[in-house]
Amino acid sequence: MAVEQPDMKISIGSLRLKNPVMTASGTFGYGEEYASLVNLNLLGAIIVKGISLLPRKGNPPTRIAETACGMLNAIGLENVGLERFLSEKLPFLQDISTPLIVNILGDTVEDYQQLAKRLNEEEKVAALEVNISCPNVKQGGVAFGTDPHMAHAVTKGVRQHFKRPVIVKLSPNVTDIAEIALAVEEAGADAVSLINTVLGMAIDIDSGKPKLANIFGGLSGPAIKPIALRMVWQVAENVSIPIIGIGGIATPEDAIEFLLAGASAIQVGTTNFINPKATEEIIHGMGTYLREHNIASIRDLIGRARHT
Amino acid sequence: MPALQQKAEIIRSEKLTDDICRFTVQAPDIAADSRPGQFVMVRAAEGMDPLLRRPFSIHQVRDGGLLQILLKVIGKGTQALSKMQVGQHMDILGPLGRGFTYNSKHHHYLVGGGIGIAPLLFLAKQILKKNEPSTINVLLGARAKDEICTLVDDFAGMGLEVKVCTEDGSLGKQGLVTDLMAPLPDENPAMVYTCGPYPMLRAVVGVCRDKNWACQVSLETIMACGLAACLGCAVLRADMNGYVHVCKDGPVFNADDVAWL
Ligand SMILES: Cc1cc2nc3c(=O)[nH]c(=O)nc-3n(C[C@H](O)[C@H](O)[C@H](O)COP(=O)(O)OP(=O)(O)OC[C@H]3O[C@@H](n4cnc5c(N)ncnc54)[C@H](O)[C@@H]3O)c2cc1C
Ligand SMILES: Cc1cc2nc3c(=O)[nH]c(=O)nc-3n(C[C@H](O)[C@H](O)[C@H](O)COP(=O)(O)O)c2cc1C
Ligand code: FES
Repeated sequence: MAVEQPDMKISIGSLRLKNPVMTASGTFGYGEEYASLVNLNLLGAIIVKGISLLPRKGNPPTRIAETACGMLNAIGLENVGLERFLSEKLPFLQDISTPLIVNILGDTVEDYQQLAKRLNEEEKVAALEVNISCPNVKQGGVAFGTDPHMAHAVTKGVRQHFKRPVIVKLSPNVTDIAEIALAVEEAGADAVSLINTVLGMAIDIDSGKPKLANIFGGLSGPAIKPIALRMVWQVAENVSIPIIGIGGIATPEDAIEFLLAGASAIQVGTTNFINPKATEEIIHGMGTYLREHNIASIRDLIGRARHT
Repeated sequence: MPALQQKAEIIRSEKLTDDICRFTVQAPDIAADSRPGQFVMVRAAEGMDPLLRRPFSIHQVRDGGLLQILLKVIGKGTQALSKMQVGQHMDILGPLGRGFTYNSKHHHYLVGGGIGIAPLLFLAKQILKKNEPSTINVLLGARAKDEICTLVDDFAGMGLEVKVCTEDGSLGKQGLVTDLMAPLPDENPAMVYTCGPYPMLRAVVGVCRDKNWACQVSLETIMACGLAACLGCAVLRADMNGYVHVCKDGPVFNADDVAWL
C-alpha cells in the first residue's frame, strides 16, 4: 500500500515534536526575526540564541569571515541575558504553537543551575539545550565540553533543576566525542545535539592579519557536514539517548543523511542566513522522500545506514 | 516593515564603468516598503561558494514596483552578480535596517563617496517631495570621472546643484569631498547625510563637528544574515561600552551614536 501521509513525529525524551526539524541556536535570533519569512508554527522546534544569566557584549568586530562553503564566527556569545529574554523575547514566542527550546550557557556550574531553575518556572520552555562549548572560568578557562568530568557536572547540575527534557550540545573540538556523550548520558541528559562549530581561522593576506579580531572562530555551514555526520555516527554507536544532528544541513537530502546515520532530529543553522525558508523546505522535502520510498514513519529512517 | 524574500526578475542592466553596474529588478513587494538608506541582502550565486548573501543599499525605487541597486565589483560575490543578465532572477531579501530620517526644518547636505553615493539618489528624491531643490546640496567625491558621471547627471536631472571632486582631477575639483564641505556657508539647522568609505565618513563627521551640523552616516560591516539574527555586524557604540548592530540599528546612525576609531 502506498504511503500517502507519512508520520513525521519524533520524540526527544518526553518531548513530542510534529517533525524533526529545528532551528540551531544563534542562527535564528529569538524567532521573531524570521516571522515574516517562515511559518514558525510549522517547525518541529525553535531553539533560540544562547542565554546567560547576565547580558554579554560579545567580541569586538570583525566577527565574521566567509570561507569556502562555510563561515567563521566569533560572536562571543553576545546575548540579552536571562531577565531581558524573559521580559522582551519570551512574550512573542508564547503565541507560537511550536515548542520552544532555550539554549543556555554559563561561566560556572552554578550559572547553569540558576538558569535551569528560573527557566523551569516558564511553562513555554519545553526543553533546555545546554551549550557546553564555553570556558569554565573556575577551571582555568577549559571548555566544559572538552572534559568528561566537567561535562558530567554541568549536565547533572542542570538535570537537578529542570524537570523537562535536557539536551546537551556537544563540541566537536575534542579527541573523542563519544566519551563526552557517554558522560552526559550518564549524568542524566535526555538527548545530545551535535555538532557546535569547528574551531578555525582565516588570514587577510593584504593586511597580513587574522580576519577575525578574536583570531579564532567557529566554522559552520556545508563545509562541516561530513565531520558532523561522522560524529553523529560515532555517538550513535555509543549512547542510547536520542541524537540531534547539526552541521551544514541545507537540503532535505542532508537532513535524511543525518537520520540514517543515527540522528532522531536535526537542526538547521547557517543555512537560515542564506535561505530563510530552508526549514520549511526541508520539512516538506523529507515528507516527499518518505512518500517516494514508501516509508510510513520518519522514525524508520533513524540509524538505518548502521544496520546494513 | 517586515522583511520579504523575492526572486526578482532583472529587467535592465547598465554598465556604468568596467566595474560598476546598475541593475533594475521587478520587486514590487520589497519596493513598496522601502525607505532611503535601507538595504537588501542578495544571494550571489545558486551554489554554496560564495555562500553568504551580500548587502546592497537600495539605490532607487521606481514606479511599477521597480528597485535598483548600484553594484561595484570587489570580490567573487559581486563578480558573480555583475555577470547576471536581463531576464534572470535575483534572490533578494528586504527591505532591511533603519534608513535616513529627514524633515523639512533642515538644510540638507548629501555627501557621498564612490559607491557610497548609491543610497543618496533615493534620499534626494524623497526629500524633494516636500522641499525645494534649493534646500539640498549634493557633494560627491570619487577616484575618477567615469566612476560618477552618470550619477552626477541623475542628480542634476532632478534639478539639484551638484558639486563634484575627483582624486585625479578628471571631473570637478581635484581633492576630497571634505574639501567641498569646508567653504560652505553655515546654513543652520543643517543635516548632513553621508555614505562612503570609512576614512571619508570619519573626515566628514569631523567637519560636521567643527560646523556644528547634525550628521547621519550609513555604515558598512560584513553581514551574514541582515536580519538581526547572527549578531555578526557589531560596531562599537560611542560610549565604547558595547555594540550596536548595523543591520538592525543601522545601517544609518547618528554620527554621535557610534565610536570613530
Ligand atoms: C548596508 C550596506 C550597504 C552596501 N551598499 C552597497 C552598494 O549599494 N553598492 C555596492 O557596490 N556595495 C555595497 N556594499 C558593500 C558590498 O556589500 C560589498 O562590496 C560586497 O559584499 C563584497 O562582496 P564580494 O564577494 O564581492 O567581496 P569579498 O571581499 O570576496 O567578500 C567576502 C566577504 O566580505 C564581505 N564584504 C566585503 N566587503 C564588504 C563591505 N564593504 N561591506 C560589507 N561586507 C563586505 C562580503 O559580503 C563577504 O561576506 C554595502 C554594504 C553594506 C553593509
Ligand atoms: C553566528 C552563529 C552564532 C551561533 N551561536 C550559538 C550559540 O549562541 N549557542 C550555541 O550553542 N551554538 C551557536 N552556534 C552554533 C550553531 O547552533 C550550530 O551548532 C553550528 O553553526 C553548526 O551548524 P550549521 O553548520 O548548520 O550552522 C552559532 C553559529 C553561528 C554561525
Ligand atoms: S548581519 Fe546578522 S545580525 Fe546583523
